[in-house]
Amino acid sequence: MHELLISLNRLAPGSMAKVVQLSAEGPTRRRLLDLGLVAGTLVESLRKSPSGDPTAYQIRGAVIALRSEEAAKILVEPAY
Amino acid sequence: MDFTVNSTESGAPNKDLLQPELFPGELVVALAGNPNTGKSTIFNALTGLRQHTGNWPGKTVSGARGRYMHRQKNFLLVDLPGTYSLLANSAEEEIARDFICFSRPAVTVVVTDATCLERNLNLVLQVLEITGQVVVCVNLMDEARRKKIHLDLPALSQLLGVPVVGTNARDGQGLSELKEAVYRVAFNLESLHPARVKYGPGLEQAAAELAAGFGASLKEQVNQRWLALRLLEGDSTILSSLQRHLGLPHPQIEALLELSSKVRQKGGSTFQDAVVSALVDRAEKIASRVVRLENMEQNRLDRKIDNVVTSRKWGFPIMLALLGLVFWITISGANYPSELLSAAFHFSEEKLTALFVRAGSPDWLHGALVSGLYKTLTWVIAVMLPPMAIFFPLFTLLEDLGYLPRVAFNLDNSFKKARAHGKQALTMCMGFGCNAAGVISCRIIDSPRERLIATITNNFVPCNGRFPLLIALSTIFIGKAAGALASLAAAGALLGSIMISFFITLLVSRVLSATALKGLPSSFTLELPPYRMPRVGRVLMRSIMDRTLFVLGRAVTVAAPAGLVIWFMANVTVDGASLLKHGAAFLEPLARLMGLDGFILMAFILGFPANELVIPILIMSYLSTGSMLELESLEDLRQLFLANGWTWLTAVCTMLFALNHFPCGTTLLTIRQETNSFKMTFLSFLVPTLTGIIICIIIAGTARLLGLA
Repeated sequence: MHELLISLNRLAPGSMAKVVQLSAEGPTRRRLLDLGLVAGTLVESLRKSPSGDPTAYQIRGAVIALRSEEAAKILVEPAY
Repeated sequence: MDFTVNSTESGAPNKDLLQPELFPGELVVALAGNPNTGKSTIFNALTGLRQHTGNWPGKTVSGARGRYMHRQKNFLLVDLPGTYSLLANSAEEEIARDFICFSRPAVTVVVTDATCLERNLNLVLQVLEITGQVVVCVNLMDEARRKKIHLDLPALSQLLGVPVVGTNARDGQGLSELKEAVYRVAFNLESLHPARVKYGPGLEQAAAELAAGFGASLKEQVNQRWLALRLLEGDSTILSSLQRHLGLPHPQIEALLELSSKVRQKGGSTFQDAVVSALVDRAEKIASRVVRLENMEQNRLDRKIDNVVTSRKWGFPIMLALLGLVFWITISGANYPSELLSAAFHFSEEKLTALFVRAGSPDWLHGALVSGLYKTLTWVIAVMLPPMAIFFPLFTLLEDLGYLPRVAFNLDNSFKKARAHGKQALTMCMGFGCNAAGVISCRIIDSPRERLIATITNNFVPCNGRFPLLIALSTIFIGKAAGALASLAAAGALLGSIMISFFITLLVSRVLSATALKGLPSSFTLELPPYRMPRVGRVLMRSIMDRTLFVLGRAVTVAAPAGLVIWFMANVTVDGASLLKHGAAFLEPLARLMGLDGFILMAFILGFPANELVIPILIMSYLSTGSMLELESLEDLRQLFLANGWTWLTAVCTMLFALNHFPCGTTLLTIRQETNSFKMTFLSFLVPTLTGIIICIIIAGTARLLGLA
């Protein structure tokens, strides 16, 4: 089961995934939690910025752009 | 571009935010809410004030206040910064939390967005933990209807245990119901049973244990369960807030810290996650019972638009095209009204002169008042008013639409590489209007290092006061060369200037990140809000009233006295030459090296109060009469400059120096207020000035070396 987990920045645009765990600490963790990124939340990767980063995600009804550094700290399970 | 009367007057508004001055019998109502929910629109609608609004998160960075009356009772409305949470992740959240917690407003109105209620409920639930005196306002009901989102507001009220009012603040709908609900809560006419989130036995037990250890005085002043939960989460800001607002003595703080760390050891760091998860779960459950989506693909249109405007292929071209279009409309549209205004002012000047002659007034008086004050003043109005009256509405339209955050999204990678904050793109956009406003807007950046970078580099973006110079020079030196396509070429030149200023901003940000402000970019998240239909009529009204007239008013107050001073400098002679000439002669060697002349550099220095003055000062200095010539068209201006030895290189270097030089007096003052540091203010002065001198010397030197000029 665990080999199926990837970090959110590696989720291909257009696909969905479920949040499993955050590896961020401190203020970054709080910020991500505040966006509703708790375990079990469904996230959809929408598109990358024209220059490749950040990426826009659909999170609980809002569209939020995250830089790859932050997305890398979110462990997700892709939904197929 | 948040430079309405409200926001600019409150340079450091948060100091006394917590102790608002009250009229006798007045009740305080706090206005909280997520960013971009129309909170400021509600504030404006209730108070009749004009706090600037716009479709992007983080507009309200200061705590504006206004009053209104309902049923013969006075209410003081305090607009808190927009936040997603009260868990003190940023200065704004701390301000909002402290106000609700320690100032104890009679009622807290939480404004929510009907189109994404679930996300907004997080804040509602957090506020309900602190106080039960809450009214929930569900705004943007029309947007929700358009997106086929159905909301059961009575059920929401039932679940939250407080009144819920649906509004459409932009059309004024639901506002009287909102006022009534606030009134009823304030005077205890409503039976409230605020919803409290259950955090699970472990956390609740720990909180109870911790709360039992609070002193008696503390128990009275704050909601104990709430405080205990914050301490368990390891929120350190709450302790300093207790000290600041309740005057809690140091030993007591220490004791609290010790007690909470003891209890926390049992749960480890999982408390924080447990709190947030419980809140999110509860919000999800409530939303699932209140919100019904008729159309699951509610964001289809937004997505389609985003697929184009933020695509790899079209993202940048569209951005440039839009900016170019705005400039082109501004330049080509402003010509005729500008000429008309000039002619009118010229006509009244002749009448004024005749009046002075008839009254037998001395020459110097007529000179100072008419040739100095009046001419400078009318020049500023004739040159500035038409382009601003076109530029600002257009820009406000883009802002209202929700396009600006997409610009930040497109450009963020460049800012990341410069180790700066992605929201710096937004503060730069504000800078187009006014750099002082741009500096204030840097408050939306919560990491201090990146905020300073954005503050210091904001001046690289040409503000509205510098546009006339850029427009005039690109029209007469570059547009002229292009013949029939004059206004197109001028717009292109302007666009080129903006791109240069963008790259310089990035470069200087990167250099600052490696030197004076060392560090790596901190984490940030950027919301791309739903697109909204702008209300054209309101946009026109607002941008003309709030922005155009405001900026013009400021320019005029500066231009009038400056016109006097400059006239005297041009007319008081020492050793056979005017003060202006002495100054110019002194600056000549450096100016030549920079591809300018002494008078141009002198004009920039004398233009320190306001950049709008550079051109009129220059005109005045070139004229031996010591006052402005009758310049009826840009062609006259061109002839005057050519007669004074201008070449294309002079024009280019003047434009470059206009882009890169010290901030104006107002902006520097604002930087001093915002950073509270002389060192940073000085740095903000030095960095762009040195950059400008170096660039001009390089360009002029290269051009001369290659024999191009």
